[in-house]
Amino acid sequence: MADVRQIVIDIISDIAPDEDVTNLDDKVSLREQLDLDSMDFLDIVMELRKRHKVEVPQEDYPKLATLESCVSYLSPKFA
Amino acid sequence: MDDAQRIVMTGIGLTAPNGNNLSEFRDALLNCRSGVVHTEIRYMGKQVAGLCDFDEFKYQSKKLRRRGTRAGSISIYCANEAVADAELDWAAIDKSMVGVYLGITEHGNVETENEIYEMHQNNLDWKLWSPHHNPRTVANSPAGEVTLNLNITGPHYTLGSACAGGNVGIIQGVQQLLLGEVDVALAGGVSESPQTFGIFAAFAAQGALAHHEDPTKASRPLDKNRNGIAISEGGCIYVLERLSDAKKRGAHIYAEIVGYAINSDATDFVNPNGERQVECMHKAIKKAGITVSDIDIVNMHATGTGTGDVNESKAVRDAFKDSDKTFVNFSKGHIGHAMGAAGALELAGNIPSFEDGVVHPGMNVTELDPECEIKNLVFNEPKLVGNINYILNNSFGMLGINSALIVKKYKS
Repeated sequence: MADVRQIVIDIISDIAPDEDVTNLDDKVSLREQLDLDSMDFLDIVMELRKRHKVEVPQEDYPKLATLESCVSYLSPKFA
Repeated sequence: MDDAQRIVMTGIGLTAPNGNNLSEFRDALLNCRSGVVHTEIRYMGKQVAGLCDFDEFKYQSKKLRRRGTRAGSISIYCANEAVADAELDWAAIDKSMVGVYLGITEHGNVETENEIYEMHQNNLDWKLWSPHHNPRTVANSPAGEVTLNLNITGPHYTLGSACAGGNVGIIQGVQQLLLGEVDVALAGGVSESPQTFGIFAAFAAQGALAHHEDPTKASRPLDKNRNGIAISEGGCIYVLERLSDAKKRGAHIYAEIVGYAINSDATDFVNPNGERQVECMHKAIKKAGITVSDIDIVNMHATGTGTGDVNESKAVRDAFKDSDKTFVNFSKGHIGHAMGAAGALELAGNIPSFEDGVVHPGMNVTELDPECEIKNLVFNEPKLVGNINYILNNSFGMLGINSALIVKKYKS
């Protein structure tokens, strides 16, 4: 089973390399913890598609708000 | 002339393939150190190119570097270096009265090629096309990145002017200062061209792409065995101000811009027209209110192509036939052709002559092409000539755009 949490963190590390991603709270919004803007979330979606062939339709973008919601939403797509 | 109508250079920020500030660059020019290396170009394999090694993260975060372009990164480095060099009180300055004017040869090729390549590698999945493509490829992009980085709210745009871009960017800065549109102009030129395959392939198709087993010898303008252009990246941005403002704050003044001209061949897409080049140089000299014999140094555009160098050599001979004291050099043997940055960079490399009285040499001339012989040509060895008051910088480009810029030693 894919470690979806780590997959998302790896992508964020590449997109925002200046950020410290070692102590993220899974329940708190990523944007509250990191300097991420809407273009960064588009990059996350793009990398999920490029690296893992996982598609996230625009209406589901809010489901990427926290690490917990990312895992919950994306895990079935990696199953 | 009123000091408010005189424009001076008070800061220089640059990165060249052989130096990341003016003193390193000048030292490399005087000592014939090349910045041209072998690099891998997509599809084509090993090619020669001039590449810069400045610290991309000195003034920019890794995230914004990733979001922007190489041209933007170079511009941000040069702009910050120029502002620091000018000792402007950046916190206090009115940012709405600062303008950014950057000459470019082209912009957007790099990102477009990369996106198409990625799409091709991924079964033509067009949904992988980056949302950053448009902001990266709009033509104002490198200048816009400078405003974002330095919080400048005055005007910004690029001047698409092929390889005359560096001079044209500076001229635009001068004009906007004279119009009173801005109080400080960050003006010059930038090139990211070695990042794109298409420019290499197109010069190869023209039979105009330099090659040599020793990359440092690949770019050899005026040499009998020259075989084309070594494509380079780089940037050079000047802080330009009205003399009245520069004096008020006690700024160090590198030079005064006293003459310039831009004209068009109207004859060919790629082949230059020597007559128009002569007219351009003479027009700039007339604007400066001087004569040809007042010019101490002419920095040639000299790219290392067969016809280009012959045409320009004749143009310089014709333009300066009435002067015995004008020395002539060129810079692309050292750094290759830095495209949109070339004019601004090459001018910067000559400006220290006002202080040291030395004309830096052109390099890599093993056997001077007889058709490129020019009176007082300085190559392979620097020439100490003493008092230098005026420098004329040539910069020409495709579609027949010519530019000549004249700077004068500033005397308080």
